[in-house]
Amino acid sequence: MTNVARTPVSTGPASHAKLTADGISMMFDRDGVSISVLDDISLTVDDGEFVCLLGPSGCGKSTILNVMAGFIAPTRGEVRIDGEAVTGPDPRRIFVFQERGVFPWLTVEGNVGFGLYNLAPAERQRRIAHYIALVGLQGFENAYPRDLSGGMKQRVEVARALAVNPDMLFLDEPFGALDSITRLIMRGELLRIWEAERKTIIFVTHDIDEAVQLADRVIVMSARPARIQRIVDIDIPHPRDISSRKYLGLRDGILEAIGLAHKV
Amino acid sequence: MSQDHTGRGRAGESETRELAHGAARNFTEIRETDAPGFSDALGTMSMMIDPVRPLHHRWSVEVVRALRPVAFVALLLVAWHVSTTFQRAPILPGPLAVAAGLIELGRRGLLLKYVVASLFRVTWGFLGAALVGIPIGLSIGWYRRAEQAFNPLIQILRPISPLAWIPIAILWFGVGDLTAIFLIFVASVLPLTVTAMNAVEIVPEVYVNVGRNFGLRRAQLVYSVLYPAVKPQLVIGLRITLGVAWMVVVAAEMIAVNSGLGFMIVDARNAGNRYDLVVAGMVMIGAIGLLLDIAIRSLERVPSISWGYSDD
Repeated sequence: MTNVARTPVSTGPASHAKLTADGISMMFDRDGVSISVLDDISLTVDDGEFVCLLGPSGCGKSTILNVMAGFIAPTRGEVRIDGEAVTGPDPRRIFVFQERGVFPWLTVEGNVGFGLYNLAPAERQRRIAHYIALVGLQGFENAYPRDLSGGMKQRVEVARALAVNPDMLFLDEPFGALDSITRLIMRGELLRIWEAERKTIIFVTHDIDEAVQLADRVIVMSARPARIQRIVDIDIPHPRDISSRKYLGLRDGILEAIGLAHKV
Repeated sequence: MSQDHTGRGRAGESETRELAHGAARNFTEIRETDAPGFSDALGTMSMMIDPVRPLHHRWSVEVVRALRPVAFVALLLVAWHVSTTFQRAPILPGPLAVAAGLIELGRRGLLLKYVVASLFRVTWGFLGAALVGIPIGLSIGWYRRAEQAFNPLIQILRPISPLAWIPIAILWFGVGDLTAIFLIFVASVLPLTVTAMNAVEIVPEVYVNVGRNFGLRRAQLVYSVLYPAVKPQLVIGLRITLGVAWMVVVAAEMIAVNSGLGFMIVDARNAGNRYDLVVAGMVMIGAIGLLLDIAIRSLERVPSISWGYSDD
């Protein structure tokens, strides 16, 4: 199974490759002992594709995302986006942290407009209003994050990311801190926004259902050092019937790949 | 790859279908109201962000709360008055004598003049220290290597009392305002530097990463992320340091100048043991210190700062 990781995986129809990761390895030095976190990860993500990186906690999937976003340089290997090597973070691709990334000293409006410092005030205001409406936060423009629920803060971060019109979004367990009801709502919202804006999305999660509900493709990672264990195409159109045979079959297949029986 | 997996998934098909059907039967009612129900719930949650004030926050309670410290001070004044009335040897002038002293100083035009002189020195010394110490502290905190270079120097200078600088200050600036201002500067600049330094170190990395992600250059990053992120800590540092500065100005004025509240205290004693005026000076120092503290504390309620204090 792990052999899959050796060669870049080409995906279905001949669409334009947005991101290619080629032989990414990552070693951390801890007390003189080097620990391998990522082991030879190669991956291609297409333009407009929604990809989930699925793996157990601490497997290093966040590290991959940070490497792809340019926050960390890999020990070996290279990430290219639109054919250009990634050397640092870039406003064309925005990393959405769990709600922790919302600035507490700015209002909702201030946060959403944070990346729009180059725009004329009128245009800036128009964009802020548009994206606040898109994530359903009208009426909260002047609220501070401390007065918002976790789900609302998460919406603020998503709106702030979308406002600069990036062509890629990196989402690192964005809904992990939310209660299960809000999480379901947010998944629906994210899909709605994705269908409206067609960004390329790489979404890290440890939740199998979340991955199968959202993604075009699920990249199943092994425990540390992270390798690509299996890639699963989720060829079910949205909105997905999460009780359909096909959905359950795909989900069970992933459970099996991770080494868990599909019964508790 | 995925086909192989899908095939395997279908092996348990009949079992899965049973499960799915069973589930559907149990949850029919819920599924009908599914989406709107949830979004309603979200809407209601959103409405509740305005914190509900507890009932006991009525105005009468507020008044009692405000009066409590006033009543306590009044009680102390009475105790002070009674005890000084019956003292055998003059240990302390009574409150009435002190009040008379304050009125006398006011009439002679000295009170206002000295208060203004002291505040003038504190303002400039403290402002200078903030303008020098905070940017230096922010830079040192930002660049780890700078911290390694500066830290020993800071730790050596810190235990030296600002008053130990008095002879050197007089040597450099003579007897006058500049000496007092310099002493206040010396007393305030290191605490402010250290506050800013530590504040930068505890800024969560995620804020800096967000700033970098949105393409901020270094100067913008400092101005739009680092500075607002450390402001709550800075305000605490400013508040503590202003208290120190206010204490130091009195000491500096006792030695280095011929005006101000500190000078007034020494002068009142030297020119005829006027202890009523000495205590009057002390009362003024305390009162102005309180006002300065209240002024800075009002900053702590500004929303772009108050987020940094968990207790509200």
